Amino acid sequence: MKPMPTSEPRFATDRPQLARRLQAILPAHCLLLDDEELRPYECDGLTAFRELPLAVCLPENETQVVAILRTCYQLGVPVVARGAGTGLSGGAMPHAQGVVLSLARFNKILRLDPLARLAVVQPGVRNLAVSEAAAPHGLYYAPDPSSQIACTLGGNVAENSGGVHCLKYGLTVHNILRLRLVSIEGEIFEIGSEAPDAPGYDLLALLIGSEGMLGVVTEVTVKLVPKPEQARVVMASFAAVGQAGDAVAAIIAAGIIPAGLEMMDKAATAAVEPFVKAGYDLEAAAILLCESDGTPGEVAEEIERVTAVLTAAGAREIRVSQSEGERLRFWAGRKAAFPAIGRISPDYYCMDGTIPRKRLAEMLEAIAGMEKKYGLRCANVFHAGDGNLHPLIMYDACQPGEWARAEAFGGEILELSVALGGSITGEHGVGIEKINQMCVQYKSPELQVFHAIKAAFDERGLLNPGKAVPSLHRCAEYGQMHVHHGELKFPELERF
Amino acid sequence: MRLDDLVSAIGAAYACGTPLRLRGAGSKDFYGGMLLGDVLEVGAYRGIVAYAPSELYITARCGTPLAEIEATLAEQGQMLAFEPPQFTGASLGGCVAAGLAGPRRQQAGAVRDFVLGVKLIDGTGQVLDFGGQVMKNVAGYDVSRLLAGSLGTLGLLAEVSLKVLPRPVAEATLLFAMEEGEAIARLNQWGARPLPISASFWSAGQLFLRLSGARAAVDAAQQKLGGELLAEAGDHWLAVREQQHAAFGTGPLWRLALPSGTPPLGLDGLLASEWGGGQRWYAGDQPGAVLRQAARQAGGHAVLYRAAESQRGLEGAFAPLPEPLLALHRRLKKSFDPRAILNPGRLYAEL
Repeated sequence: MKPMPTSEPRFATDRPQLARRLQAILPAHCLLLDDEELRPYECDGLTAFRELPLAVCLPENETQVVAILRTCYQLGVPVVARGAGTGLSGGAMPHAQGVVLSLARFNKILRLDPLARLAVVQPGVRNLAVSEAAAPHGLYYAPDPSSQIACTLGGNVAENSGGVHCLKYGLTVHNILRLRLVSIEGEIFEIGSEAPDAPGYDLLALLIGSEGMLGVVTEVTVKLVPKPEQARVVMASFAAVGQAGDAVAAIIAAGIIPAGLEMMDKAATAAVEPFVKAGYDLEAAAILLCESDGTPGEVAEEIERVTAVLTAAGAREIRVSQSEGERLRFWAGRKAAFPAIGRISPDYYCMDGTIPRKRLAEMLEAIAGMEKKYGLRCANVFHAGDGNLHPLIMYDACQPGEWARAEAFGGEILELSVALGGSITGEHGVGIEKINQMCVQYKSPELQVFHAIKAAFDERGLLNPGKAVPSLHRCAEYGQMHVHHGELKFPELERF
Repeated sequence: MRLDDLVSAIGAAYACGTPLRLRGAGSKDFYGGMLLGDVLEVGAYRGIVAYAPSELYITARCGTPLAEIEATLAEQGQMLAFEPPQFTGASLGGCVAAGLAGPRRQQAGAVRDFVLGVKLIDGTGQVLDFGGQVMKNVAGYDVSRLLAGSLGTLGLLAEVSLKVLPRPVAEATLLFAMEEGEAIARLNQWGARPLPISASFWSAGQLFLRLSGARAAVDAAQQKLGGELLAEAGDHWLAVREQQHAAFGTGPLWRLALPSGTPPLGLDGLLASEWGGGQRWYAGDQPGAVLRQAARQAGGHAVLYRAAESQRGLEGAFAPLPEPLLALHRRLKKSFDPRAILNPGRLYAEL
């Protein structure tokens, strides 16, 4: 599918000229030019959107990155930076007239300082590799997106990735100290520092989650935190989804910030249980997984409080992990949710809206209605503590019309997230996937500010064009389409 | 006061190119660069707009006193975890605009880490909404967090949503006698272990260490660390937060933000250090160039934190930025405040 809209900026690259210029600055093994070699780069983790780039650059050092960016800047060629390509919003989908800049060979941990509790890593280092390198010192890197075995720090920075422990330990933005990046003009910037703060505007906040629109990161300094002595999980099952949602709110209201607080609905547990045999209550409408970490005494104290809250909230069954093996088994089902859905459905489409926790039951009820409306099944896994929902819409790309229905289904979930006071994306980014829904979340003045920020870093709009922030023209087209197709959505809801 | 009043005031200033000095309670008039422009008092735009304890957020207007916010949160057993100073009646807008955090910064994070969303009036008088009230939101650039510490140079933070956290169940303060170098070394060793250390304050050979968390965790840490248990330490930490502890003196003051493990700099005028060694305070009656140079060499920076406006104007309150970075600041400033009317010179003379 070719998603690029008509209204985004147009580029017309002279391919032979581009190839010659890149060949002049890169050794042969760092440059891919044949369609056959380019094919593996045509999409990221969102496989529904594909585009073939004109070239893929695999630089081995920063000097080469600078040269590539300068060249593309001079020629007016779009550049899409890419890490491991595990992103779920099409943020690393290539531009048909552009270059993919892969940071895969920037895969070294440059420095790990256990006393200062930080690591300086290249952007192509895998998320989990940082924690593995820090483990001998009793430290780890906290953000743990479910793709952590494969996803890289550069991509984590671009997306402001989360994970299952965000509520207590924060997102990527809370765990990065410093970035080194190259601008599209080939200028090098150092942002942030190893000190608690840096002078000037907090550009670190702006760059983290900027989806490759502002610069190319060549070095990341991450914060490392001490590994808790112990972790245990409480698993509770509920007869009604609403009860489970209320239980989540009750835990927070009781003054508890669990290390992880996850929910799965019946469709999700049914999909994973045969796969992982975690012992989930398959009769339950929803299950909660609540993790406590700390000293053994602290964990025991918190688990006692959590258990009391869950009991009062009407849990039909509560189990506490009695060993590390059991804890991992309880989690295994949650972590295997995506592949498990992949086993029961030829394709699935993962959404990423966030909502206020108290609106959870409302959202799940609406999703149940949408399953009927679009004739597609949906399983729900939920970072309940953060209000971040991952509905997994099941479809078959080989059946004509199913993808279009899945896309419309997803779009409706996102727009309902905004209407309920939330956001279209909690941790996966806008990319190309949610570009239309950005028009729902933001009005033109805010979008104009985003464009101005983009221009402050990349005046000619060469970095990842067409992603993350829609043009006002596109939003006008999208708005018209909505007016044509029906009334304002969710007229019964109060707007925020 | 209504939002419209602020919108029209800034809109009128934009039309005429009149510089404005945004002012809430004025509790931080001592901080930052120059105080230029016609004063726009925003303290009367106040009040808590929304507070949802189980959703962990509070939304309030810029003029809302921090004391009111803290009291409201305390009723539900919650707090602003970055423990901001209140000085003389500080209000929310200034708290976020200045980005100053207190002792708990070392455990909980900085002001920006808790910013969820803002309603901003930019330099043209336009109202803009960024972020929201949910914990996770990666739609669009994170403008809300960018505004923390921007000292009102990008817009007036008319309304802010902050993440709040439960107050710790238990706290204890331990006292150790040790010199600066040993304190820095110990704090960094402890920092690498899973201990519930929520604040540190070293001054004149004494290290105060605050533990916060579950009762069991605090008790266990106390056993491991030793030291002398200080009863009734609340006043001590309040004085540190408010910088009324005797160590801070009343004269000019430099703040050095450093990588926490930086060994003692060996410079005159060290008054105190906090945040596990990451924040160190020096008396302000010495040449700024020496402190700036030492901080930069250590990988940090020095702020002329409290001084007469004339000295701040002369030395610059904040460490100078390298030219490419300054140019980027200028371009960002221009996109929010094209006529440069908001708090000119408060962050840098060039902005």
